[in-house]
Amino acid sequence: MSPGILNTIEVILNGLMAGVMYSLVALGFVLIYKASGIFNYAQGVMCLFAALTLVGFQTGQIPFSHLINVMLGTNLHHWSSGMHSFFAIILTIIVMIGFAYIVDRFVLRHMVNQAPIILFMATIGLAYFMEGFGDLMWGANIKNLDVGIPSGGSLWWEDITRGWVADGTVYLGMYIDVLDVWATGIAVSLVILLTLFSQYTKTGRALRAVADDHQAAMSVGISLRTIWVIVWSIAGIVALVAGIMWGSKSGVQFSLSLIALKALPVLILGGFTSIPGAIVGGLIIGVGEKLFEFSVGPLIGGATENWFAYVLALVFLMFRPQGLFGEKIIERV
Amino acid sequence: MLYRETGDFKASYTKDQQIFPIVQDRWLVFLFCAIAVFVVPFVINDYWEKSVLVPVLVWALAALGLNILVGYCGQVSLGTGGFMAVGAYSSYKLTTAFPELNIILVVLLSGGITAFVGILFGLPSLRIKGFYLAVATLASQFFLVWLFNKVPWFYNYSASGQITAPERLLFGVPVSGPNAPPWATYLFCLLFVLVLSLLAKNLTRGRIGRSWMAIRDMDIAAEIIGIKPLVTKLSAFAISSFYIGVSGALFFMVYLGAAEPTEAFGIDKSFLVLFMIIIGGLGSILGSFIGAAFMVLMPVLLKNIMVGGLGWPTDLVAHFIFMLVGGLIMFFLIVEPHGLAQLWRITKEKLRLWPFPH
Repeated sequence: MSPGILNTIEVILNGLMAGVMYSLVALGFVLIYKASGIFNYAQGVMCLFAALTLVGFQTGQIPFSHLINVMLGTNLHHWSSGMHSFFAIILTIIVMIGFAYIVDRFVLRHMVNQAPIILFMATIGLAYFMEGFGDLMWGANIKNLDVGIPSGGSLWWEDITRGWVADGTVYLGMYIDVLDVWATGIAVSLVILLTLFSQYTKTGRALRAVADDHQAAMSVGISLRTIWVIVWSIAGIVALVAGIMWGSKSGVQFSLSLIALKALPVLILGGFTSIPGAIVGGLIIGVGEKLFEFSVGPLIGGATENWFAYVLALVFLMFRPQGLFGEKIIERV
Repeated sequence: MLYRETGDFKASYTKDQQIFPIVQDRWLVFLFCAIAVFVVPFVINDYWEKSVLVPVLVWALAALGLNILVGYCGQVSLGTGGFMAVGAYSSYKLTTAFPELNIILVVLLSGGITAFVGILFGLPSLRIKGFYLAVATLASQFFLVWLFNKVPWFYNYSASGQITAPERLLFGVPVSGPNAPPWATYLFCLLFVLVLSLLAKNLTRGRIGRSWMAIRDMDIAAEIIGIKPLVTKLSAFAISSFYIGVSGALFFMVYLGAAEPTEAFGIDKSFLVLFMIIIGGLGSILGSFIGAAFMVLMPVLLKNIMVGGLGWPTDLVAHFIFMLVGGLIMFFLIVEPHGLAQLWRITKEKLRLWPFPH
């Protein structure tokens, strides 16, 4: 095989794995949208907040230390040298469940029956609020997230692929980041877990009922509020997983919240209400972006990854507004 | 008792169609305009001009434009930053290519060019609705910023990739560039704001405004009774983009002086203007002004209190501003979805009955 073909395969493989990372974020959106009809723009910031909290617990940071130092003149930073990643993750999950409960109590409860666009704008407000809050609580500097997932290029794969070219041609092997492979594996297991949860447990059935029809679910005795807290908690846990993946890749910093913007084209392609749609949409966007940048990018100046996903989603929207797997939108006068 | 329409009979059609039927409202508005035109230019200084007055005027124009699109016509758009960039770059290219062209004409023409671009990026609205349209406008935002970064013709092949506003004179006084006196830039922006807000008010009161509101409320029913969705939606995009383009041109020429697309016209500006109209009040002309004033003044006020008064570091204050903005958005959407303008309307309603309870 020629280096050209191998490079294209490399771009496609990397695109698929990048797509899986996008789908992780999109998954949280789909969960909340299915169950409560809210498009949660704050999902990206939830990823950031979960990652910040995890690092904070891991390194033994005192929350709000900057604020306390300024107000009281003290000089506190850490209360311990940190804890093992496992316990930090458990604690962060508890924090995200608490967050879901608070959001339901103070925001969602008052916004029942509002127009979808008002709910969307409320989640934009929530995103800004959580961003300031997260920065206030744990500090805005870039943090290094390490839960033990190996990273870096896979030398084993590079060695294997180096032998695939004809003798004499110069080719240094295919670059696959081990972290991306782990992320793919974790995302697949997460989706399988979520699917098993929603199909075979009582709570999962209740979630599906609420996603179908709020009124009918209430009439058979399902407490809508409890279900919403559960859904937001699950979305928070998914956000934690996504935050760990993205944070391990590029550090925990403000730009993590911008992946919410990247997840929007994924959702449009896959459909807002479909979990497999989020995965497939993510894969398509990931591969499409990388291939476009690789093939057409150099001709028009590069850096097309910023907008290509949106243009792709836009073109898709013109022909299939509900996405690949979404429910058809029916409007009544 | 004091604030009523009773006893004030309109004797002509013109009087009947006044924007402010109650005479106290008219006095208030005239007083405000008189102070703005005749008093402020004499007491203005550089600080007030640069940090309060010109930003409020420029963002009020942008908020007016976005309010026409989102508040009156119901088409959610997150592309405001990109359209402001179009306005800024059009004004730059026009004024560098035709230095003799009157600066007012340059700004108006940039608005016109932005209107064309707005129609182009508004075409998806004929097929897509709600937040799908918001995502489609995100495409315009990111694409336009990328375009102005990548294509050297836009920044006249300069080495830095930045555009700088050349000094231009209006009636012999510089209004752009470093030598512009504060009162000149202020009056220049005020001129545009006064004329264009009057235009906006009359547009929204008239036939076009009513067709926008019909599309916003129930677009299928509007189409059934004969309102043409194509003309209505595209006109909303066109007029809104005109306002945003003019605002972008003023933002660049008068306020910033030099601009770079990602920094000056990024997605955060789109969200900023959206927040202005949410807090100010969707579908309200006054709301655009209140929202713009609020979002400009609030960080300045907080900074003055916290950094100047309490001595806190600026990064802490920045986090508080984020939290406050987000919290206020949620608060307004829960408590008063129609924003501060609605609170003002309720105050006026209560005043009409005062001192009687009902």
